[in-house]
Amino acid sequence: MVEPATASQAAAPAMPKLKDELDIVIPTIRNLDFLEMWRPFLQPYHLIIVQDGDPSKTIKVPPGFDYELYNRNDINKILGPKASCISFKDSACRCFGYMVSKKKYIFTIDDDCFVAKDPSGKAVNALEQHIKNILSPSTPFFFNTLYDPFREGADFVRGYPFSLREGVPTAVSHGLWLNIPDYDAPTQLVKPLERNTRFVDAVLTIPKGTLFPMCGMNLAFDRDLIGPAMYFGLMGDGQPIGRYDDMWAGWCIKVICDHLGLGVKTGLPYIYHSKASNPFVNLRKEYKGIFWQEEIIPFFQQVVLPKDCTTVQKCYIELAKQVKEKLSKVDPYFDKLADAMVTWIKAWDELNPPAGGSSAPNGKAA
Amino acid sequence: MRTSPSLLSLTIDSAVLNLSSLPDHIVIDLFLRTLRAGKLNERVLKLFIATGKDEVFSLIQALNIRVTVTPVLPTTIKDDEIDIVIGAVCSDLTSFMNEWRLMFSRFHLIIVKDPDMKEELRIPEGFNLDVYEKPDIDQVVGSSTSVLFSGYACRYFGYLVSRKKYIISVDDDCLPARDPKGFVVDAVAQHITNLTTPATPFFFNTLYDPFTEGADFVRGYPFSLRSGVKCALSCGLWLNMADHDAPTQALKARQRNSRYVDAVMTVPTGSLVPISGINIAFDREVVGPALVPALKLAGEGKFRWETMEDIWSGLCVKVVCDHLGLGVKTGLPYVWRTDRGDPIASLKKEWEGVKLMEEVVPFFQSVRLPPEATTVEDCIVEVANAAKERLGSTDPVFARAAKAMLDWVNLWKSVGSISSSSPAV
Repeated sequence: MVEPATASQAAAPAMPKLKDELDIVIPTIRNLDFLEMWRPFLQPYHLIIVQDGDPSKTIKVPPGFDYELYNRNDINKILGPKASCISFKDSACRCFGYMVSKKKYIFTIDDDCFVAKDPSGKAVNALEQHIKNILSPSTPFFFNTLYDPFREGADFVRGYPFSLREGVPTAVSHGLWLNIPDYDAPTQLVKPLERNTRFVDAVLTIPKGTLFPMCGMNLAFDRDLIGPAMYFGLMGDGQPIGRYDDMWAGWCIKVICDHLGLGVKTGLPYIYHSKASNPFVNLRKEYKGIFWQEEIIPFFQQVVLPKDCTTVQKCYIELAKQVKEKLSKVDPYFDKLADAMVTWIKAWDELNPPAGGSSAPNGKAA
Repeated sequence: MRTSPSLLSLTIDSAVLNLSSLPDHIVIDLFLRTLRAGKLNERVLKLFIATGKDEVFSLIQALNIRVTVTPVLPTTIKDDEIDIVIGAVCSDLTSFMNEWRLMFSRFHLIIVKDPDMKEELRIPEGFNLDVYEKPDIDQVVGSSTSVLFSGYACRYFGYLVSRKKYIISVDDDCLPARDPKGFVVDAVAQHITNLTTPATPFFFNTLYDPFTEGADFVRGYPFSLRSGVKCALSCGLWLNMADHDAPTQALKARQRNSRYVDAVMTVPTGSLVPISGINIAFDREVVGPALVPALKLAGEGKFRWETMEDIWSGLCVKVVCDHLGLGVKTGLPYVWRTDRGDPIASLKKEWEGVKLMEEVVPFFQSVRLPPEATTVEDCIVEVANAAKERLGSTDPVFARAAKAMLDWVNLWKSVGSISSSSPAV
């Protein structure tokens, strides 16, 4: 039986790392009561709340948190016509928070995610672990059988070439979930009672050339290294698909990270996921995605980005071009999505003008 | 249709979940009566242990009651499909075999003595085994070829002469490990489970092995990839002395691996991995010839720090598996690797292996197997030829390795295979 930690069990760290360099982005449609549980770990940080749904509703933020809040009216005002690329009635709208942030790092979490306990009963400070993951190198070129060699108590194994031991910068830290696992609708329908109780005490780098399903529930990334590629696509109201926002972003960022020599880690930290969404509702949202992903995956597996794509934005524009070329035939939705991807980059660059002159390459092209 | 619970059944149910609320003397009485009635099984014993009562523990100790591990193999696998191959680099295998007895004794064992070892092997009674020593090796492969099998590589002779489908191999300085709950890990059963459930090399599952109980494929995992591919090799891990190289272990002299990572995962296709030979299992029928005793360091010694043969072999296996659409898993099971040797002494003597990896890894990363190579033997020949061509001039050890691989394939064809060579799956 896995249980979440109680508010009293969470102990605030003495020195919250990256306090002024990290924003926490939370999409919400109802309330932010869950933040009470997270208070000792998250209060030192600035929050960016993206309010989805009815903008006339007031979202109550627990006292003591420093935050900025954006509803749909704000998004429309700030982006003007470009607001069309931000999803409505879907948590994909969270990527607006990535765009308006002025910090180097982002941690994003869903409002039904609570503090987990490790096997010893200790409350897991998820943000602290994400920060450790992001501030230590990744090792995508050769698999280490003892997982993350930069963790305390671990190291590279025999046979690991010394020239590869410096690693590469980590762009993304992908955390996991205890209790309600992130299953698709068909699996939820078949296994409604399955709970994830297995605490796997590992962080590992996803090897270069390997794609993975990125879940946006418990995610951290370096905005400077990969931010522009974290577009969560067109989902929700008026769109034929839902629950593929984070997946789409995950395939895009992995291809770009592989190209630019950046790392993606997965594993710890765990959060406690409390709410199981309705599998029938999910099935309706995911339905097309289940078929489309059979085409989408081979597309991403075969994508080749040209050498002159030396920045994330250039990579992303090129990716959008290839999506239009190769995926439009699957469904006209991809045509719209490719356009939205370009709009997103334009909006990103407008809101995040490069400091002094032309943008420098933010990674080495593979 | 369940009948509604009675007061009695409710009481029994709640008591059976937690005996510690019962008075001590009643617990002891229950324990003794259970024993006398012959009803003390593992589950019941664990219930009594969980009460934490001293008298229960004293009784258990006094009566010498022990939790026996009954290996639970997947029901489709028969005991006679498995060989346990041990390469004896130490002469006295008594405590090693005794510690593994519960897990090994129901299977056939092949013990191969390092042909360079002068001392007599000491093996305890009670096992179904075949022992091979230098004269046996010479007889089967000829004394000029038997050099392939010196040191840690002696185990490959066992792989060669085995006639079973699955082989499990652990170093003779490894003992059964305990999981975080204190239960002994059945490494054999776990390896067999790994080998008999599909691998998923084409897309990474963030919940690791989707075929393990309590896990599944996550949202976003393409359905067409969910049946997976055959798992050809299972690479286990090590508690206590992890498999670090000599410089690392010398630098972190007191570091011991105490982290038990409860996961098995498939190493993605295209991703190379250093497969340690300390704790492995493989499907001999499918991938046997790919485990090659080839890379012998000039100063190769009798400690793992002084070898790289398993790393070279593992890279061959991975490249072949990627080409043929087979899977390689890593993670559980753990074994407990005992402290042995001095990394600084090994470092002074032999650091060539560490240097060579700088050439080895880029080589394997660049190997491309042609579509015409459809059998494991064909693939190994291709790799051997590529090694000779691209690495032969860098260091004579590579030219020797390439030759050894070709010799091995020939040996496999004449001695190793009982039927025609394994086809691609």
